[in-house]
Amino acid sequence: MPHDGHDHSQMTDIEARVRALESLLHEKGYIDSAAVDEIVQTYETKIGPQNGAHVVAKAWTDPEYAAWLAEDATAAIHALGYISRQGEHMQAFFNKSTEHHLVVCTLCSCYPWSVLGLPPLWYKSPPFRSKAVIDPRGVLRDFGIELGADVAVHVHDSTAEMRYLVIPVRPEGTQDWTQDALRSLVTRNAMIGTGFALAPEARA
Amino acid sequence: MNGGADLGGMMGFGPVVDEPGEPNFHADWEARVLGMIVAIGACGQWNLDQSRFARETLPPATYMSLPYYAIWLEAAVKLMTARGMISQAELAEGKALDAPVPIKRRLGKDDVAAALKAGGPVDRPAQGTPAFAVGDTIHTINIHPESHTRLPRYARDKTGTITRVHGFHVYPDTNAQGLGEQPTWLYQVSFAARTLWGEDRGMRDVVTLDLWEPYLRARA
Repeated sequence: MPHDGHDHSQMTDIEARVRALESLLHEKGYIDSAAVDEIVQTYETKIGPQNGAHVVAKAWTDPEYAAWLAEDATAAIHALGYISRQGEHMQAFFNKSTEHHLVVCTLCSCYPWSVLGLPPLWYKSPPFRSKAVIDPRGVLRDFGIELGADVAVHVHDSTAEMRYLVIPVRPEGTQDWTQDALRSLVTRNAMIGTGFALAPEARA
Repeated sequence: MNGGADLGGMMGFGPVVDEPGEPNFHADWEARVLGMIVAIGACGQWNLDQSRFARETLPPATYMSLPYYAIWLEAAVKLMTARGMISQAELAEGKALDAPVPIKRRLGKDDVAAALKAGGPVDRPAQGTPAFAVGDTIHTINIHPESHTRLPRYARDKTGTITRVHGFHVYPDTNAQGLGEQPTWLYQVSFAARTLWGEDRGMRDVVTLDLWEPYLRARA
């Protein structure tokens, strides 16, 4: 982007370009800036990883729901009211002690918005997108996780419109926890596969 | 296409760096771009696959170095200028110089909740029956089109196994070119990590991709 010699950072140039574009699109009647506000607010306040945490906690405590989620994740997730863009077609992968699932989109940034909200920067960036498929164990080490050779790693590249939710292993020592309490142990990274659910000590 | 977006298996980008407590947006302009791109998509002037192709046809060095939402921004500018919706002169001025082109729909504030809820399903009523079943061995085709494809370089000309029949979905390779949705069967295909990346990978490790029937050939 050209630099005009004033005291502008590159970010300032981008900000100016974005402002010019929004003002132009609004003036030409293609968009309504109030709708832009509403979209941003929806993802800031209503659609986020708390939705996925609900799905996971329900699956941990309700075997029938877990079976439905395994069979038809789209219907099971929609039944909880999490029906929105980038969650139209869902599949759930259940982690086990012998099998760890990791979700990536090497070609762009496909991500289950309806249950996890907007993707974090690292998920959309070249280091993760390049490395997850060729060296998933190295990616997990970047997140402080070392998996043994006895654990099979299954990487899922989101090349179509299927969106994936990882169901982490339920932490030990949570037998007496309610579904609501369990939600607090389910992190966004655990539902992508770059983390585990938190141990109960973390929330005790 | 073999563009900058097809990153699977590349090296040299360094470690993945998590940012605990990361906000949705690192600057206000990112939030505006997210909202604008979702809103402008509702105008119906292009489809999902055309929008992906606009991003992946940015020059590779540009694609790999731009902030993520700047990729969205530049691709949207490209799509809108190509359709005569805006001009570079208008963007430079930040104001309209030409009359707007007709659009299918303008998303209002009160339409947002319903539009987000409706999303954009890509499954279509099935025609015929799938050529492959779970457990079948397949071999992916070797293609290098300059047009859009969702068969990444690393998974071309490789042998894998069908592990799920997802359904009958819009075919991006034609849809991105304005040649129609041409829906076809979509499968989850599992590849041994060693098939894709060589013998020093975990023996039981697997990579799955979702691939459309035209990408696949039967392999006994």
